[in-house]
Amino acid sequence: MSRSDVLVDADWAEARIGDPGVVIVEVDEDTSAYDKGHIPSAIKIDWKKDLQDPVRRDFVDKTGFENLLSERGISNDDTVLLYGGNNNWFAAYAYWYFRLYGHDKVLLLDGGRKKWELDSRELTPDVPGRPRTSYTAREQDASLRALRDEVIAAIGKRNLVDVRSPDEFTGRLLAPAHLPQEQAQRAGHIPTARNVPWSKAANEDGTFRSDDELRSLYAGEAGLDFGRDTIAYCRIGERSAHTWFVLHELLGQPNVKNYDGSWTEYGSLVGVPIELGEAR
Amino acid sequence: MSEANPVSTVSAGDGCGAPAGGFSVSAATGSQGAQSVVEGHVTREGAPVSTGYARLLGSGDEFVAEVPLGDDGGFRFFAAPGSWTLRVLAPNGLRAEQSVQADHGQVTKVEVSL
Repeated sequence: MSRSDVLVDADWAEARIGDPGVVIVEVDEDTSAYDKGHIPSAIKIDWKKDLQDPVRRDFVDKTGFENLLSERGISNDDTVLLYGGNNNWFAAYAYWYFRLYGHDKVLLLDGGRKKWELDSRELTPDVPGRPRTSYTAREQDASLRALRDEVIAAIGKRNLVDVRSPDEFTGRLLAPAHLPQEQAQRAGHIPTARNVPWSKAANEDGTFRSDDELRSLYAGEAGLDFGRDTIAYCRIGERSAHTWFVLHELLGQPNVKNYDGSWTEYGSLVGVPIELGEAR
Repeated sequence: MSEANPVSTVSAGDGCGAPAGGFSVSAATGSQGAQSVVEGHVTREGAPVSTGYARLLGSGDEFVAEVPLGDDGGFRFFAAPGSWTLRVLAPNGLRAEQSVQADHGQVTKVEVSL
């Protein structure tokens, strides 16, 4: 796996608009952005309504994923090109999700919606119609997902990468600074975690930094031991999917998991250890 | 509240997300209440800039948060009290930057002209 296998630029995407074998998918939670304008031929997936179980806090199950992709007209042989707002947070989350359910031909658009907009490329409100398919997913790949007990057991033993902002990591804020402060019962971070905000992996236009810069960021500046297994987390698992994409897909690190329960789960657990302040 | 629902996309004064009579920092930040709000609008030649991004940066240009501009060019951040840099990016290489002082429990208004 290398960068060119998983990441494409806007010129590549623009040349595939209307290509029957490439399904362009915008992934946002607030779908008003898609509704106002999106890359021509792109369909949408709603991060919450489409990908989350409507009752339990969990993903849609394998059958739910199959139904979703079938209904959206995505087949097993299609190349799925994902992009979205928030510097591709939710597109990266969807990428991880597609991988989790075994879709191999999936790509991320470097820079996502932001770069596309800043480049003044075409956006359209026209919604394409795609005929229904019969999609078959694989069983969830547990090697990509960390659950809470595994995270607690990893304290002091594996790399724990907290990709939230420094203010969230130290406990001064409970959520990113553009959101109301709510959710977890306690602020802080998981003991032994290193704070490498997701934003350090991205350029100002939302594109990913070069492989050399990324390697230097994680292995050098942050002191991550690439010989160890790694779990990334944030608040709800989408920013950490962005970092999972960097470590696992761009840098080819094996054994990197995303903890999608993240701080909204960990920070509300009874009895687990929490640290405040800078990393120790 | 969802992670990807930036309040910047809420038009100022439409009553959605802001109580009548003005925005309440304490209502939005709840018991954590040690935050402040930085909000404003981006315009170019007097017209709202609706395609673009507002970024809040800490000391040393440390990224803190980013929101897409709303239809009215609006943006809003919940931040810890302190000194921040607000940077705006828009198509055609347009950008602007200015310093912002956010005070505890206060709404700091910032108007940006590109």
